[in-house]
Amino acid sequence: MLKKPHYIAFGLVGLVTLIVLSLPQHTAGQIKLAIGGLFLPLFGLSKSSQQLIREAGNAVVPRSELIRQNGVLHQSNEVYRLRAMQAEAVFRENEHLRQLLSWRQGTPQSLWNLKLARVVGQDPANWWHTIQIDLGSRDGMQTNLTVLVPEGFVGRISAVGLTTSQVALIGNPNCKVSAIVASDKTGEIGVITGGTGPLDSSLVTLSYLSNTNNLKPGQIVRTSGEGGLTRGGIAIGQTAENARTVELGYAEVRVKLSANLNSLEEVWVLMP
Amino acid sequence: MNLLNSILIILASLIGVYMECTFNGFRHLFGAQLDVLPPLMVYAALRTNPAIMAILAVTGGLCFDSLSANLLGVSTLPLYLVSLAVYSRRGLILQEQFYARFVLGAAASAIVPVLSLLLLLSTRQSPIIGWGSLWQWVVMGVGGGLMTVACFWIFDWLNGALNYHPVAQSSFRQDREIARGRN
Repeated sequence: MLKKPHYIAFGLVGLVTLIVLSLPQHTAGQIKLAIGGLFLPLFGLSKSSQQLIREAGNAVVPRSELIRQNGVLHQSNEVYRLRAMQAEAVFRENEHLRQLLSWRQGTPQSLWNLKLARVVGQDPANWWHTIQIDLGSRDGMQTNLTVLVPEGFVGRISAVGLTTSQVALIGNPNCKVSAIVASDKTGEIGVITGGTGPLDSSLVTLSYLSNTNNLKPGQIVRTSGEGGLTRGGIAIGQTAENARTVELGYAEVRVKLSANLNSLEEVWVLMP
Repeated sequence: MNLLNSILIILASLIGVYMECTFNGFRHLFGAQLDVLPPLMVYAALRTNPAIMAILAVTGGLCFDSLSANLLGVSTLPLYLVSLAVYSRRGLILQEQFYARFVLGAAASAIVPVLSLLLLLSTRQSPIIGWGSLWQWVVMGVGGGLMTVACFWIFDWLNGALNYHPVAQSSFRQDREIARGRN
């Protein structure tokens, strides 16, 4: 049975919990970052050991294989350089046409400034979809910066530490994104409000759609850029089904994500 | 149980939380990440005292929350409550039995996430829960039970390896030996 000191210990733990839970969000965030900082040596150790393993793996790859891979990469690099040149020309032309038309609506698009980050951890709790990346405030990270991979949108930075940042993945209730469904007529705009469940991170729900006549499975969904938090035009995925109307008069549709959120190793952060 | 063992348990909780964050093999295989803290709390409840349990709940819980999107402090109270419940009945628990360890670990691993989720929901957070959470709950319970058994095995072995044990004295004393003879 419990004795008086046990009740005192229980009271103390309860008091600590109450104090910590009632802290202002900013202070709690700072304490979280400070405690998370305790794990930095372990994250560093993991990073260097993975690098060592990768280097050891590279050392045993035959020279002929490396030369072959180098050739393939050289070729694809040439293609991408040409495409980048073409895209830049289109971009300049677009800018020029905007100036000629005195287009004032919205801010002009600029070329993406991207920073590569390595994924160092995932959320230990099963009820959140977040990851940790190895870039922090010293690398210029800020909250709400867009995180993406070549396949498409991944999420947004939700908390920034000195050397690491937390990314809320798309499908997380804390990462709502305005999205547009590309259709033949007008694009239908909605909001990615959340995922479809804790087990499946490949499907998200696109809600608040007003017109469902033009929607059919397989249509491309991209970020719309509405709201200013995320740039427009980043691929999100494809509609996976026909839209269904829900109680409040709006419709929603499930979207199959282009990016595989379960196998993220490196991501790109879209810098301002 | 001495100070060294208590430090080892707290260190194990920190490394365990870090492993939960970085090792995703189990998550990819079964769709749920196992939590190492409830098994450690059960071990602490059966082998240490409430002060160590409190330190373990506070440090482990805060570390878990700091690497997660949880509100800071949400995991602390559920961990301590579960360990206190075990501690209050530890005289009646057959703690050397595999079955008892497994059941206690499974129950603790199932109760702690439920209490944490209730706390989260009461603070107007919207965690990702659904029917799939039931599967995750079962996986966490079974996995936690097995981890509890492993915890007892590892820490009892460490305890034996790192601590002196008093030699069991027999009741035989040479100076009190009764020498019987014919005379």
